Amino acid sequence: MATRVLVPSGVLGLGFDRDALRRAAADKPDIICIDGGSTDSGPYYLGTGTSKYAAASVRSEWRELLDARAAAGCPLVLGSAGTCGTDGMADRMLEATRDIAEDAGRRLKVAVLKSQQPVATVRKALKAGRLAPLAGTPEAGLGEEDIERCTNIVALAGAEQVAAALRTGADVVIAGRATDTAAIAALPLMNGEHAGAAWHGAKIGECGALCSTKPMSGVIGLEFDGAGCTVEPHAEGARCTPESVAAHMLYENADPFILHEPGGHLDARGAKYDALDERRVRISGSRWVASDAYTVKLEGARLAGFQTTALAILRDARYVANARRWLDRLEAFLAGEIPVRTGLAASDYAIEFRLIGVDAALGPLEAKASDPVEVGVLAIVTAASQETASEIARLANPFLLHFPLTDEEDLPTFAFPYSPAETERGPLYEFALNHAMRLDDPMEAFRLEVAEVGCGPSR
Amino acid sequence: MARLGEVVRAVRSKNAGPFMVTVDVFCGTEAAFQRVNAALPAAAVGRLYGVDPERVGRYELPAIRVVKFSFPRPVPQGSRGDRDMHGAQWAVLLAEAEFEEPGESVR
Repeated sequence: MATRVLVPSGVLGLGFDRDALRRAAADKPDIICIDGGSTDSGPYYLGTGTSKYAAASVRSEWRELLDARAAAGCPLVLGSAGTCGTDGMADRMLEATRDIAEDAGRRLKVAVLKSQQPVATVRKALKAGRLAPLAGTPEAGLGEEDIERCTNIVALAGAEQVAAALRTGADVVIAGRATDTAAIAALPLMNGEHAGAAWHGAKIGECGALCSTKPMSGVIGLEFDGAGCTVEPHAEGARCTPESVAAHMLYENADPFILHEPGGHLDARGAKYDALDERRVRISGSRWVASDAYTVKLEGARLAGFQTTALAILRDARYVANARRWLDRLEAFLAGEIPVRTGLAASDYAIEFRLIGVDAALGPLEAKASDPVEVGVLAIVTAASQETASEIARLANPFLLHFPLTDEEDLPTFAFPYSPAETERGPLYEFALNHAMRLDDPMEAFRLEVAEVGCGPSR
Repeated sequence: MARLGEVVRAVRSKNAGPFMVTVDVFCGTEAAFQRVNAALPAAAVGRLYGVDPERVGRYELPAIRVVKFSFPRPVPQGSRGDRDMHGAQWAVLLAEAEFEEPGESVR
């Protein structure tokens, strides 16, 4: 038998082609899966346990997906609720589901899969030698203090945990942090479809229509069977080609042939991508290689200070032409003045400047030079408290506004775009964990909670 | 001399998790793939991005005419000093690199 998975878009909050979704749901897929999170927007969201998307966007799309689920008569799975996938974000999605179900007069069974890890659990795993750094993790070894300083730690659920949630008979599964592929791969694997194809198809479909010629349209269908997976875009005029599909294995993936997942890895070195027609592509030839130990990836973010920024714009042609020289002089001046005026040691704060229009994106790696019309001078101050960061930014303010290129000239005045020129950015977070944690049982680090929500007829 | 970006269809970069960045060179034609594949060793990419060449992963995908490079981010995503949260503008550096004749390595 085949297992048909509908993916409405790459992430909840990004939107989808409504007509395509309506047609695809009417076609009665076996499951609808959408991802809700990523580390891609930075450590702030995990650090604070918040979502990057507007609550209004998430809620209105979730309402449409719950309607699509009712039309299709199949389970709906959300992976990585609320960007970071903390317990609080999973609970928030449960509340949204409850409100929507009550409004719609619909009764739903909801399984909430929680991924957040207590500090004590991770500390214990470290002591027991159950943590191993993943590729790219900074060289310095992980200590207990690094774990304790994390404000939130999540483990990425795989197909096993999503399958456990589906086995409750839930109409809706809301998962905390999970791998991008887990929600899609779970049902095909439960149904005994080809394991290599289940993971490979899940990777291709995880960003919705990004694997097609019409990436903004969102809606993708994946049909898994005992030998492979067929990918089909649902939007009018959208096509999947062997190249558009194969190219997605590269996306946000360091190794284009190997994809690590809880319990093993996908080996796509033998993969074949064949066009079935103008729109559909058949994927086959991938292998799933089970690992001896069952591991899940941990993500943790910790507080790394507070920031205040200030922005000035140089438009005067002489200053624009000499922006780097001017900035070197200003930095040297401030490095002398800040400790004298505040009593802070150089290690108590950091003030970093970026010249927008010169090399703000690439810094010292920038190879191109040109004559910009104007140059933005962005100052970023980091300190242990918000007050200290802002105090340093205020200290720098008059010099950012008036600092001259030489000692013997009239004081310039640059453009401040607003008042006050300083903006408090709040806390700065950094990713602190990028480790695999070994488990004896896949569910040992996860919790499953089942709730009945809404009213009226079920489903 | 030609810039790499003028020879290939597209160069794209993106984080591969918070600690790695990956750069995909979509060559487009077979001829461009052959030329880029020969001229772009891991060492050239390491030099361009200031990364130890031994830590640059290099992958050839002739079927879709892609050469791909993955390496650790010098600053983890979002940590103090990071200039590009998504690592997506890094591609430009490679796209603007020039083929050097003769021997044709990219710099």
